[in-house]
Parts: sequence; C-alpha cells; structure tokens
Amino acid sequence: MSGTDVLRLESVRKTFGSQVVLRDVDLAVPEHSVTALIGASGSGKSTLMRCVNLLEGIDDGAIFLDGSEITDPRADVDAVRRRIGVVFQSYNLFPHMTVLENITLAPRRVHGVGRAEAEARALELLDRLGLAAKAKEYPDRLSGGQQQRVAIVRALATGPRLLLLDEITAALDPVLVGEVLMVVRDLKEQGMTMVLSTHEMGFAREVADRVCFLDGGVVLEQGPPEQVFGDPQEERTRQFLSRVVASGRLQG
Amino acid sequence: MTGEAGAAGPVEVAKEPVGPEGPKRAKDPTGATEPTGVEAFATRAEQDGYRPSERRLAHEAYRRSRARRSALIATASTVLTAVALYLLVVNSPGWEVTRRTFFNLDYARQALPEVLRGLRLNLELMLGCGVLILVFGLLLAVLRTLRGPVFLPVRLLATAYVDFFLGLPMIICLLVMITGVPALRLTGVTTDPLLLGGAALVLTYSAYVSEVFRSGIESVHPSQRAAARSLGLTNAQAMRYVVLPQAVRRVVPPLINNLVSLQKDTGLVSIGGAIDAVYAAKIIAAHSFNFTPYLLAGLVFIVLTIPLTRFADWLTGRMNRRQLQGGAV
Repeated sequence: MSGTDVLRLESVRKTFGSQVVLRDVDLAVPEHSVTALIGASGSGKSTLMRCVNLLEGIDDGAIFLDGSEITDPRADVDAVRRRIGVVFQSYNLFPHMTVLENITLAPRRVHGVGRAEAEARALELLDRLGLAAKAKEYPDRLSGGQQQRVAIVRALATGPRLLLLDEITAALDPVLVGEVLMVVRDLKEQGMTMVLSTHEMGFAREVADRVCFLDGGVVLEQGPPEQVFGDPQEERTRQFLSRVVASGRLQG
Repeated sequence: MTGEAGAAGPVEVAKEPVGPEGPKRAKDPTGATEPTGVEAFATRAEQDGYRPSERRLAHEAYRRSRARRSALIATASTVLTAVALYLLVVNSPGWEVTRRTFFNLDYARQALPEVLRGLRLNLELMLGCGVLILVFGLLLAVLRTLRGPVFLPVRLLATAYVDFFLGLPMIICLLVMITGVPALRLTGVTTDPLLLGGAALVLTYSAYVSEVFRSGIESVHPSQRAAARSLGLTNAQAMRYVVLPQAVRRVVPPLINNLVSLQKDTGLVSIGGAIDAVYAAKIIAAHSFNFTPYLLAGLVFIVLTIPLTRFADWLTGRMNRRQLQGGAV
C-alpha cells in the first residue's frame, strides 16, 4: 500500500440549508486500496460520493485527486470527472442506447477513441463479466444484476483512476447481489482503487482494506475491517453493528 | 481468441437446458403415450394431464355471456343515438333549405377538383412549414436550457419569444404578417401572401412546438444527466447524446397532434388571398350562393387528419405498452 493517496479529503463540510450533511470529514484512499463507507441511511455516504465526483459542491475543506485539489473553483470539472468512474444504485443506463453504445459513448465522445477500438475494448470488458452476448441488447431487456454489471463496465471503459460505487447492490435481490459483488472482487484483484458505500457488511468486511463508519455526517471510526467490525471503539459503532447483525446482514 | 470464446459459449449454453429438461423427459415415459417431435410440442397441455376444471368452464361461459350482452347494448345504444340525431336534424324547421345549400351533390361534384387543387397548396404549406417549425421549435427549447451567464440574453430572448407567440391569436399574427409586412415597403422582402402566411404559421407554431420539446427535455430524469456528466461528457454532449434523444422520442405523439392542428390552420392563409382548398371553395360558393363547397373542403381536411390522429394514438399506445412491460429507467 505504498505510494501516494489517489483520493484525500481534508475536513470536508457540506450543508443542505441548515442541515449539516458532512462535518469535518477526513479520508485518505491509497492507490490499489478499497475503502468501504458504512453507516445508516442519511449518514452522508452518498453525499460524500457525489462531492468527490463534483456533482455537489462542498462548503469547506478540500478534496484532492492524485494530490491536486479538485474542489478548487478553477479546476476543470469535466477533466476531473474523466478520471473518476461512478456506478449508481439505480444503474442509470441510457435506455435509448444498446449496451455497447452505453459503454462506448464516453470513450468515443470524451476521450476521442475510434469506434472500432472503443467497441473492441467494450466487448473485451463485457466478455470478462460474461455479458458479451448482451452487447446488442437494450438495457430494459436485462436483469437488474446484468444492468448493474453493464454500468460497472461503462464506468471502467474510460480507464478511470478511481471508481466510486454508491450502494450498487441496494436495488438488487439477494441472488443478483452475488454476481455484482463478484465483479467488485475481481476489480480489487486487478488493483482498482475503489470507494464503495454498502449495506452488505459481510462484503465490506471481506473486500475492503479500510472501513469507514459514518454517523450523522461525521467519520466516527475508521480502520481495517477486522478492527471496525471485530473490535469497534465507539459506542455508536457497536450499536449500529448490533442492529445490522439483528437484521441478518452480518454474522455476529 | 474469439473463436475459442465462441466455441466455449455454445457448449455451456447447450448444457444448461439439458438440466431442467432431463427430469421432465424421464417422467414422460411413465405417461401412457410417448409422442415425439412436433406432436410432443403440440400436445404438451394434454401431456401434463391438465383438463380445464368445471369452475374454469363456468367462469368462461359467464364471461362470454357478459361479452355478448355488452356488444348488444353497445349496438343498440349506437343505433338509437344515430336515429335520434337524424330525426333531430331532419325535423328541424330549416332542414330543407339547409340540405339544398349545404348538401348539394351537384355542387359538390363541381367543386371537388377545385378544392383538391387548392388542397395541394395546404399540403405544401403544411410540409414546408412543418419542417421549419420542428427545427425552430427544437432550437428554441434547447436555447432555453442553456446554462451560464453568457447565455442570459439568449435565454431571455427565447423566453420572451415563446411567451409572446403563445399568447398571440393565430389570426392576428397572420393579418399582421400579410398586411403589415408589405406596408413597410422593405426592399428585398417578399409581399407574397402565401410566403408571409407561411411565415406567420412558422412564427406561432414554433412557440407551441418549443414548449412541447421543452416538456420532453424536462421529463428526462436528472439522474440521466448526472450519469452522463459523471462519465465526463460536457453539458452540451450530455444534452445531445443522452437527454435530447430520449426527450424527442417521448414527444412524438404530441408533436403529431400539433401537425394535425397545423394542417387545419394552413386554411387560414386564404385570408391573404392564396388559393388553397378553403379559398377555392369560397370562390365557388360566392358565385353559386351554395355552401356545399365549404362543407366539402371541411370534409377533405377531416379525411386527411384522421389517419394522422390515429397514428398518434397508435404510437402513444405502443409507447405506453413498452413502458408497462418494464424497463428499469
């Protein structure tokens, strides 16, 4: 885990009106590492992701991508987004495009890759995820799990530096969750730097190098998964985890 | 490499169906008959021993009787209404005179070629103006979505234009164009009432159509734009590749309705003296004092619009069905 941090947040503050959504959030994501954000709904996980992707502006603090500040008002927003891949909870595939067109849109229009090359690369990625046969299908002909895997391929197609996965299994039934998580496991093997928010605690424990517990917009506790799950220091973390265990999402 | 993948694929795919079918086939021989091939497929229902229950037969019989009853009631009600309307019209005091002046077959036959010749003009106007209206309407709608301080005047102008022409009655716009523009005596500007009338149609309808396009653009969920932007597409690219294609598809049915409306309004251009179907009818009516040609011109318009409205209905229905079939986005 040597080398620089791909992503670093320094005392980030974000408010919606009078409501403080993120309060002094510090976070460092080293290269080739996976960081899992856990916490109850409304704890600020999604907002944090949206801030990193500059879909939301922040009120105070700074976010750095590869050492340069992206929250600087002079930063080129489009250039930043080109280096970050995002996968959303609701897939957000483009319904009027085939799977292949969905994936090749950004490489062709943003990165200026030729059509043949973009399609070859897309097919290679699809093939690796067992979706090559679906290349010519429209998204509404695919299952939720397949759509989400296509969304992952779409985010990967531009060769991003960092991948943000925002509760990507929340809209899927338990059977489909497995096939999507398998893909994330593979990506970790390949050394992709990722930040993911999830309610799948078992998965977070397995795949994450660092777990970060958000509560009321504050990073209450962070550390290796064995520590956060096995020996939580904070009372709130213990409460949260015991509720999760009770709901059957994590073996006690 | 692809060859290998291709070879590996079918083998796996072929394996799968064997699994679930295996047990079924094993069961079949226990049945009395052992049909093969096409027969096996055709008699699948009998194969699993299904026979409709008494309950199902009773339900179906009841539904059939209800359907017959509904059809009978609908027929009777339609016939009664038609007869009532017919009697009401025929027994009205002025019917004889009305019939002679509005429903005279001789005049209809005489007027038909003239009206149809005039209709050609209406169709040309509709097509020519239709294309321009779609282009201007889309342009106006897109201009109104532009963000950024530089575009403030553009947004303001587009908004003011749409507000103005949405409120301005069509007929006034036509009169102003046809009589007002020649009065300005501008060199190089046409005084042809047909072109000026067409321009008035384009001016007014572009405003309507731009509102249709704008509602389409706004109906595309913000998450689509967020997805496009997070892929690194610029605002303009997100609009062009992600938002507009979806928006335009959604507004096709209401656009067709606008086209129908435009087709009728091409008849208004006759107030400037262009000989369209309505004016042709007017000429004949003027020297015969018989209004049948008007009615004929009206019928011709209706006959033209009905296929268009049915097409719009069909298209809307098809889109609704597709949406009901599901599709996550």
